[in-house]
Amino acid sequence: MSADPRQFKQAASQALKNPRLQTALGRIKSHFVHKRAEAVERFGAFEALRHEGHAIRDRAIANLDMLLVQFEDSVRARGGQVHWARDADEARQAVADILRQAGARTVIKGKSMVTEEIGLNDFLEREGFTPVETDLGEYIVQLRHEAPSHIIAPAFHLNKEDIAQTFREAHTGLAPERALVERSALVAEARQILRRQFESADAGITGANFLTAAEGAAVLVTNEGNGDLSRLLPRTHIVVTGIEKVVANLSEASVLLRLLTRSATGQEITSYVTIMAGPVADDAAANTATRDFHVVLIDNGRSDLLGTEAQDALRCIRCAACLNHCPVYGAIGGHAYGATYPGPIGAALNPGLIGLADACHHPNASTFCGRCAEVCPVEIPLPQIMRSWRAREYEAEPRAGARKIGFTLWAFVARRPALYRFATRIAARMIPYLGHMPLTAAPLLAGWLNGRTLPRANGHTFHDLWRQRQ
Amino acid sequence: MSGKERRVGLFVTCLVDLLRPEIGFASVRLLEMAGCTVVVPSTQTCCGQPAWNAGADDHARALARQTIDAFAGLDYVVAPSGSCAGTIKRHYPTMLADDAAYAAKARDLADRTYELSAFLVRICGMNDLTARTDTKITYHDSCSSLRDLGVRNEPRALLAQIAGTELCELSDGEVCCGFGGMFSAKYPEISTHMADNKLADVESTGAEMLVGNDLGCLMHLEARAKHQKRNLRVRHIAEFLCEAMPEPDTGKV
Repeated sequence: MSADPRQFKQAASQALKNPRLQTALGRIKSHFVHKRAEAVERFGAFEALRHEGHAIRDRAIANLDMLLVQFEDSVRARGGQVHWARDADEARQAVADILRQAGARTVIKGKSMVTEEIGLNDFLEREGFTPVETDLGEYIVQLRHEAPSHIIAPAFHLNKEDIAQTFREAHTGLAPERALVERSALVAEARQILRRQFESADAGITGANFLTAAEGAAVLVTNEGNGDLSRLLPRTHIVVTGIEKVVANLSEASVLLRLLTRSATGQEITSYVTIMAGPVADDAAANTATRDFHVVLIDNGRSDLLGTEAQDALRCIRCAACLNHCPVYGAIGGHAYGATYPGPIGAALNPGLIGLADACHHPNASTFCGRCAEVCPVEIPLPQIMRSWRAREYEAEPRAGARKIGFTLWAFVARRPALYRFATRIAARMIPYLGHMPLTAAPLLAGWLNGRTLPRANGHTFHDLWRQRQ
Repeated sequence: MSGKERRVGLFVTCLVDLLRPEIGFASVRLLEMAGCTVVVPSTQTCCGQPAWNAGADDHARALARQTIDAFAGLDYVVAPSGSCAGTIKRHYPTMLADDAAYAAKARDLADRTYELSAFLVRICGMNDLTARTDTKITYHDSCSSLRDLGVRNEPRALLAQIAGTELCELSDGEVCCGFGGMFSAKYPEISTHMADNKLADVESTGAEMLVGNDLGCLMHLEARAKHQKRNLRVRHIAEFLCEAMPEPDTGKV
């Protein structure tokens, strides 16, 4: 489960050679890309909606401090509590404290990337709690002791057969000869197992897609209804989410909802949209005082992005359209990134969340093809943000670093046209023989010629030939 | 403005200069056919894109200023590449926004700069090439052409003027080929995997030739195809158009 983002190249190499993963990744197009395109087409004025979403999120980020305080007041007014966490450790402790006070042991969880970000499950297990994921994909990866490979489809890297095998190994109480071929059989089996967990759980933890400051509400979308059950069945409900999820009010959140579901799964709306405000109101037979509602708000590096070129990444509503349209993500999947957020949004956020030294590959492993920014529902300029991280990385490099020396030499020549003509004249003559030269001193060139064979080259530069022609 | 008054500076691009000067000569021929006077400033080198994309901002800015000076006073700047034209048109103004001496010049150059096919169609209105080639081709749009410059119809408008050309479109034409400049050298395995996807798409069209407007993508795809001993011809659109015309002048010596 532990992954190292610095091992990106090795992990990517493994991923490219993994035929089962490649089969799974081959479904991105039909599963996500086409569905989004159809939903956008059906909607019509999607570009105008993107502008609106962009503006809503920008206003929220600009007024983050005031909106968060307003949100806290609204939650309190409804009988809930807000807990502030500067980092992952404070967030984990806050959750554990709430659980201890509630006397909870078994905790059911709705899908939440923020709880992945803070490593909540491992921590809760170490503290003696039993967290059970109830989103089907999350449940599968939890059984396999894996991290989600996709921010809205945690088990996207798996095929039906992989899941059947996982269930056979985990659900040992069931008849070994049962058929687990159809998708529906897998879903039914998970539902049967999870139903017992829902009924016996002491507390529920969910994430939130949006927080609304005016109403003190957390808005959650799911297609399985497990979010609702995680909130409704246990006595204690804890929402764990990032501070940047707040918007002014439900009306603004509803605009974002229209963007989110279409961009994510191509749905007009998800099967369930839950607006969670304050403790669940019990029916007359029960005592309302036994119900409690908590929101744990996590910074964990987010506020450090304010005022930087990466600030726009805080607009993100986690639809995963950038992952689905990224040719690099599509080639290697999510695990190779070794971080909670893979793909373009990870490349924009991770250097801020886990540090540039660890996440250095993420903003570099992009061709800047620009499709991510083109589909982003809130118009985050993802390649631009990745480029800004590259600039910071370059800046931080020692002057004697190989790359810095290389660029300085190259620029020295390129800024002197006469010298550049001379250098390119020699280079042009050498190029036809490159395939037969030892290239140990030129790793980039060697990298380029790894798997590629240089095609015909003229041997003379254009500028030389042009001068001769004049 | 009548044709002969159009003074066009050819931005040759590093790759065309170094590897495939034929594309430069084909570009000159097309521009002259469109009635332009072509100038090739000798003080041009690289647009600075590799430095900009790597975050070596100071080097990128220095090369941007040099390029701006090299093309001062010309009516237009044309590059046979969406990537280099995109750098000048979309990124120079950002790059030099805080440079008191060059910010306005950068915006001015951006306004005058075009990718070759876009210039020939939008500005010159080229619509009557007399040429023929009985070739089944497919066309690769570079990401910078599509998304930085919005160039999609223009190369097709030129190709449609060549009698006998059958254009079979890719099914995933919007997807990157995996070149990405330094990316292709730093992450060769991912890059060639993406090339394989593109080449499979090319193959499924049944085309015998791949045409495009960015030598970076084309070199990368051709090199991958050659490595795998695929039978695929690859041409830059300027070469393709000129080869289809009588008396091709490709600058060979």
